Amino acid sequence: MDSPNSFRNQPDERGHFGDFGGRYVAETLMPLILDLEREYRTAQSDPAFQAEFDDLLEHYVGRPSPLYFAKRLTEALGGAQVWFKRDELNHTGAHKINNCIGQILLAIRMGKTRIIAETGAGQHGVATATVCARFGLPCVIYMGATDVERQQPNVFRMKLLGAEVVPVTSGAATLKDAMNEGLRDWVANVHDTFYIIGTAAGPHPYPELVRDFQSVIGKEARAQMLDRTGRLPDLLIACIGGGSNALGLFHPFLDDPEVRMLGVEAAGYGLDGDQHAASLLGGAPGILHGNKTYLLQDEDGQITEGHSISAGLDYPGIGPEHAWLKDTGRVEYTAITDDEALDGFQLLCRTEGIIPALEPSHALAAVAKQAKEMPEESVILANLCGRGDKDIFTVAEKLGVEI
Amino acid sequence: MTRLSSAFSSPALVAFITAGDGDTAANLDALVEGGADVIELGMPFTDPMADGPAIQAANIRSLDAGTTTADVIAIAAVFRDRYPEVPLVLMGYANPMVRRGAAWFAAECKRCGVDGVICVDIPPEEDAELGPSLRTMDIAPIRLATPTTDAKRLPQVLQGSDGFLYYVSVAGITGKQQAAQASIEEAVARLKSATDLPVAVGFGVRTPEQAADIARVADGVVVGSALVELVGRHGKDAPDALRELTSALADAVHTAR
Repeated sequence: MDSPNSFRNQPDERGHFGDFGGRYVAETLMPLILDLEREYRTAQSDPAFQAEFDDLLEHYVGRPSPLYFAKRLTEALGGAQVWFKRDELNHTGAHKINNCIGQILLAIRMGKTRIIAETGAGQHGVATATVCARFGLPCVIYMGATDVERQQPNVFRMKLLGAEVVPVTSGAATLKDAMNEGLRDWVANVHDTFYIIGTAAGPHPYPELVRDFQSVIGKEARAQMLDRTGRLPDLLIACIGGGSNALGLFHPFLDDPEVRMLGVEAAGYGLDGDQHAASLLGGAPGILHGNKTYLLQDEDGQITEGHSISAGLDYPGIGPEHAWLKDTGRVEYTAITDDEALDGFQLLCRTEGIIPALEPSHALAAVAKQAKEMPEESVILANLCGRGDKDIFTVAEKLGVEI
Repeated sequence: MTRLSSAFSSPALVAFITAGDGDTAANLDALVEGGADVIELGMPFTDPMADGPAIQAANIRSLDAGTTTADVIAIAAVFRDRYPEVPLVLMGYANPMVRRGAAWFAAECKRCGVDGVICVDIPPEEDAELGPSLRTMDIAPIRLATPTTDAKRLPQVLQGSDGFLYYVSVAGITGKQQAAQASIEEAVARLKSATDLPVAVGFGVRTPEQAADIARVADGVVVGSALVELVGRHGKDAPDALRELTSALADAVHTAR
């Protein structure tokens, strides 16, 4: 594949990232998708929109999030310096809120009066319910019944915030099924409803606009790193389900050739079986949920169920920009098993006094492997995209502890 | 005249069932014996995003029974052998159609006498994914128009569309409520003034009365969920129930004008 002049000028005008992305939706949704794109272009060139977004991120979300040097973790690993972008300190406890603020402002611009969303771990559902409460819009969250069971604290949070949580029982009753149900709701309520998609996937322009809203992570981190150390990091690491926190961190660095990047997928019980959620490393290109991207699927194109200890990572697809970044070779991808992620989780608790979510625990396990192989003067920057309060019951069960 | 255009020379009943759900060969026999003019055969998919509970359940029953793409193609081939004159269209979602390449899929359709393909999640904007391969093989890419397809967008939908135009009468999923007759009449008139293709109307059509009302203004009436529910309810005994409902629907459609 030819190397493009810039890795930051995707997608093209039709929403394609190389061979990936696009707008694979039913005709009923197509006019609305085109409306959304027009409205997003207008918003992008409207200083008032950007000002309101920035103001809410600063005063409501609590940005900029800190850039933190993890001294004891660095010493424990005995290699590269490890730095964290602390997006787990955001209001609602994860990076998801950045995107929700942007999308609800778009929804209001478009005159939509009802919000729907899908959620896996519940972090995007909580973030969506939060912005709906903040702006006084009714909110319906579709969540797989299996996830409702294993993420009870987040279900209760959403209800406290006034959202209606609809358990989805079709299929395996996890994130992809919740997304199907969200699309079914949307197609029946296009006139008044805005669908806040939680990751950098779905039909164009969602992958682009979610990435843009999440890019605040990488823009801040790049400036903070230059300010604190006078240099750019050698390696960026972030976990990937749909891939929005990773793109948010990576995108502002894509044209810095000296910065390597590593996306970390969920290997579940291991990539040798089918109990994993690594779409890039263990899947093949296909079409689902509005975009062409790498998918977990069988030889007939039927979608297979991912598995991960982390409910936020077990989606059988991935944002199309990651598919493109993989094929161009600009970003490297690896996968971390459930057990390795649990080790990463505990390591951070004990060395830094930070309880991470299980999603970034996958990134932490990769940080531990990489740091040991790198010299002491080198710098790794990882995104701590969520905090672990929601996961303590899952972790306790895995560790054989009764709470 | 193609098989499809002949079928729509007077109001036609388009009958849908999901391949691999129950005894599909016997169910298809029942649809033809009942008087269906066009057969729409659903390709099962794990994630049927545009379908309501009835067809979702049919997809799951079919996949749980182990239905593969090869099985769907074999069902189509047997149908074509038995009924050389009855038009057959495949309906489904993009991923199973393009998994082995669009050219492979189009060639298989050609080999087993499929007349047209309805792909729910490939809008005109992404036509290059499947459309050119189908046209090369003389398989009609059948497009959907919906209540949200406005006058500005309609020419794009019609460009490259063939076989018939499928008007989705409600913005929503399959098997739910039917649109008001007045809105269907208005929409069909608008579509017919823009294309020479036959216009078939579907989504939410369950009874002979509804079918007759639509057949008075449109070239075809599509019934799916009501038939699929019979397969779900009666299992291997479905053919009798299918024949009975199809016959009532076909009579209503054929005598509407």
